[in-house]
Amino acid sequence: MDLCTMDLRITRQRGFLLFIFTCSSLLHGSRGEIPSKPTGGVTILPPIKPDNGPQAFPDAEKENMPVFTMNYSRIQIPFEITLWVLLASFAKIGFHVYKKITVWVPESCLLITIGLIVGGIMHSVHEEPPAVLRSNVFFLYMLPPIVLDSAYFMPTRPFFENIGTVLWFAVVGTLWNSIGIGMSLYAICQIEAFGVQDINLQENLLFATIISAVDPVAVLSVFEDVSVNEQLYIVVFGECLFNDAVTVVLYNMFNFVAEMPVVEPVDVFLGVARFFVVGFGGMGFGILFGFTAAFTTRFTSRVREIEPLFIFMYSYLAYLVAELFSISSIMAIVTCALTMKYYVEENVSQRSCTTIRHVVKMLGSIAETLIFFFLGVVTITTDHEWNWGYILFTLLFAFVWRGLGVLVLTQIINPFRTIPFNFKDQFGLAYGGLRGAISFALVFTLPDSIGRKQLFVTATIAVILFTVFLQGISIRPLIEFINVRRTNRNLDTINVEIHCRIMDHTIAGIEDLCGQWSHFYWKDKFMKFNNQILRKILIRDNRAESSIVALYKKLELQNAMEILDDVSGDISAAPSVVSPYEAKPKRKFLAPDLKNMHDILSKNMYKIRQRTVAYTTKHALPNESQSKEILIRRHASIRRSLRPGSFQSSVVPKSHKYFSLPAGKSLDSKFPPGMTSYADDEETMSEAAYPSRRSRLVQPARSSSSRAMMPLRRLDTLTEVHSVDVVDEKVGDRRRAARGTSRTNSSSSRDPRIPAPQRHHSSADNGRGSADNFRNGHHEEEEEEPQPLSPAPSWTAEPREDAAQNPLLRRPQWKPKK
Amino acid sequence: MGASQTRPEHRHQDLADRTGFSLEQIKNLHKRFQQLSGDEDTISKENLESIPTLANNPIRKQIIGAFFDKSAFAECLLAAGGAPHFPYRHQRGFILFGLRNQHRGEAGSCDQIGFEQFLMVMSHFRPPTLKMTAEEKEAMRREKLRFLFNMHDTDNDGTITLVEYRKVVEELLSKSGSIGQEAAEAIADAAMLEVASTNVPTMGPDDFYEGITFEHFEQILKGLEMESRMHIRFLDVDTTTMRCGKSTS
Repeated sequence: MDLCTMDLRITRQRGFLLFIFTCSSLLHGSRGEIPSKPTGGVTILPPIKPDNGPQAFPDAEKENMPVFTMNYSRIQIPFEITLWVLLASFAKIGFHVYKKITVWVPESCLLITIGLIVGGIMHSVHEEPPAVLRSNVFFLYMLPPIVLDSAYFMPTRPFFENIGTVLWFAVVGTLWNSIGIGMSLYAICQIEAFGVQDINLQENLLFATIISAVDPVAVLSVFEDVSVNEQLYIVVFGECLFNDAVTVVLYNMFNFVAEMPVVEPVDVFLGVARFFVVGFGGMGFGILFGFTAAFTTRFTSRVREIEPLFIFMYSYLAYLVAELFSISSIMAIVTCALTMKYYVEENVSQRSCTTIRHVVKMLGSIAETLIFFFLGVVTITTDHEWNWGYILFTLLFAFVWRGLGVLVLTQIINPFRTIPFNFKDQFGLAYGGLRGAISFALVFTLPDSIGRKQLFVTATIAVILFTVFLQGISIRPLIEFINVRRTNRNLDTINVEIHCRIMDHTIAGIEDLCGQWSHFYWKDKFMKFNNQILRKILIRDNRAESSIVALYKKLELQNAMEILDDVSGDISAAPSVVSPYEAKPKRKFLAPDLKNMHDILSKNMYKIRQRTVAYTTKHALPNESQSKEILIRRHASIRRSLRPGSFQSSVVPKSHKYFSLPAGKSLDSKFPPGMTSYADDEETMSEAAYPSRRSRLVQPARSSSSRAMMPLRRLDTLTEVHSVDVVDEKVGDRRRAARGTSRTNSSSSRDPRIPAPQRHHSSADNGRGSADNFRNGHHEEEEEEPQPLSPAPSWTAEPREDAAQNPLLRRPQWKPKK
Repeated sequence: MGASQTRPEHRHQDLADRTGFSLEQIKNLHKRFQQLSGDEDTISKENLESIPTLANNPIRKQIIGAFFDKSAFAECLLAAGGAPHFPYRHQRGFILFGLRNQHRGEAGSCDQIGFEQFLMVMSHFRPPTLKMTAEEKEAMRREKLRFLFNMHDTDNDGTITLVEYRKVVEELLSKSGSIGQEAAEAIADAAMLEVASTNVPTMGPDDFYEGITFEHFEQILKGLEMESRMHIRFLDVDTTTMRCGKSTS
């Protein structure tokens, strides 16, 4: 990320470099907590000094071939950027060494503190900070990742459920704050005693706009930790996102107005019109680019290695194009992210999806870290204009107007909300209005033509420091003290998912019955439209995947992963070991994206088989089918050792017990939990009974596609064979016909089987086994033909594509063979 | 059920007291009711099934079934009647539970329901208000859970058996593309196993889990904020007339 165009003079570079190295090694060495190990830094210095020596004369005229040259000016800018980013990142590492600190003191506070220290040192050696916060650099490079981060990780469902409130607070609230603070400050400016009469109304409004941009990252992480109720969380989240958009629009407008000599009433109307054009224009571009991105990823299945790139390029393109027409670029990137996220994540492979999430998160957090860091540095190193009256009143007004705004706006919005905000929520909302990165960056990018820029910078920094430190630190105890209503957000059970869906459908149905068209009605309508039209166009593998199925798969994966993690230990003890163990890592990754376990899973698999991973071509990603095999193999062996093989092992320490059905009990009337589909049993049995025949049938078909060892291949085949039973889009009708036959085939054997006590032992099994075997053979023949057409199925990489083939979905077929 | 149409205001007031709806809401719902029933006193399953917007709902059958469930009605009456006495609700729930089990034979579904029952069922979807105490919220939550539970428990025996659960999951997934029946079954099984393991952790190898009882049902959905999720905004303003032409045939 090229963040800054640093304009350090050559003469200062050496000292500065030394300084950076000292700092980073200091922070690195002492983890940022105990800055008292200068030796660590000093040891690094010697090798650097001589290196730096020659660069002052880079192009000395010489005839001989130089043995050793240095050209620092060539690499200066990227080099320094890298060092700054590293420094900030080291600081971040530092805080997280001591978990307790980040719990009680928000990270932004710590970053600012580090920045203050660094700034202090720089100031003492008369070093100038890099000019990172030029208007262009900020708006073109720093802001997009921050906004993309928030937008991409916006919890979609609660957001749309509360969209009215979110927009109400973001748009009206920001206007309210800007105008309120601006007007009151203008009134203050009329008092002669403060000596700020020269600030006119436009400038006051501009300044007020800047400091009404809330940035409650710290608050959000606190909210997440104490899991406050969803409504409050999403309103704060959404507010900060759209509030940025509104603020930037207002900022540009007032910036323009502030330079006008006279403001006529027409301009006000034009301004209002422009406000809407800018907002909706940005939204339009965002939607356009979002759909384009989704449509593009439809075709990227063969170029997985560059897949994640499209997401970033399209979002950035949306941003830049919006900038080009000077409409709200934040709006554009936010809507772009929101629009494409859903479709893109279905189109891209699991791995690309993980990559996208990580990179988005990484870029966002590094941009934010840098801004906070520079905030600290700049606080020390710039010249301030301190005006007690103006700054104190700014603080006061910022606080009062925010409080009043929330109070008034909630009173207005509450009648329209089904779950109104109570006073505790309102307090959280008002108190969560921290100012942060955006305000700081905006005030720094003010044009120099504004006379009191220094004062504005000082005042903004004061407000930011005040809110971030005071409110940021005190919000957690306060929220816990007043006991805001909480929502349990860690509900990852299938039952909950199923019942949530049922509730959704029920509510939509009841709304239909009432003839009321409200929220769920529109949601239902949109889902229909989405399923019938949008998905067909935008999604490659157009199979509407129910969230229940998705969750089921996720849980299966998670479970498989836990077992994998535990593989070194006693496998039969795995379930009981896992359950206490599992709770912890979850807490660690609070960010919702990190909750997904898939990446960990794939990593784990790589470790096992790393030696065998072959990078076939330069552009191919490491082969994914290997991990599949590993997992399958794992799975099989786990099944064997766990014997009953509960896939819910973490939750279900004793579940394996249920797997044995008491003899003579009828499956039909009383069902033992953990039974899976009947066909699976048959599969297992047939395999147990006729292993030789099976493999004979199978092997010729496989020999071309699989490089695996024999036993693996057999397992592998099993999965694919089975997939026929479930679904396969590609093969379509022909396959379905095959399925039909198999169905009749199996259903004939199914009915007598239902009351059958349990698999393997029953004497009836053998007879049935042969029938199944016939069925299997039938399938395999069906299977062979389409197989080469489709890329080697690999569910780790493309869970959607072969959702059906997911071996985990078909769990019990991996039953231990007798 | 849909007895006296003579004094609608008085009747509505009475209903309002019992269901917690406001008079306007009741008026609106009453209009809708008449619209659906074709100005009859009672409404039949066919009336509801013919609602075009409902046609795409995967669990339409259960939803409509919920309206015609006798025992649910009885419970609604009791529950709603007990509105001021929330603390006793738990007991009532148990009594009802017993009742429901006793009536197993005859407590099927009825063909016609009146406005009163229509309203009672609707009253399950009232949103919580700011004034509610924690106890009232808890009671409301139970009531909503009970409603959901009854939707699953089609044979009214007090437990959701695996067969019933599977059916629900299957229907739920039926609209979302080509998910095989096996997948649906596997999911239902997994869900069932989950319930079993959370509720009966110490199960002998010879035991089997009969089905989800209401207590277990409550247990598995413990973390879920029912009272703030399962609700509908019943409109105070009369807007039904504007839609008559479109939504009904």
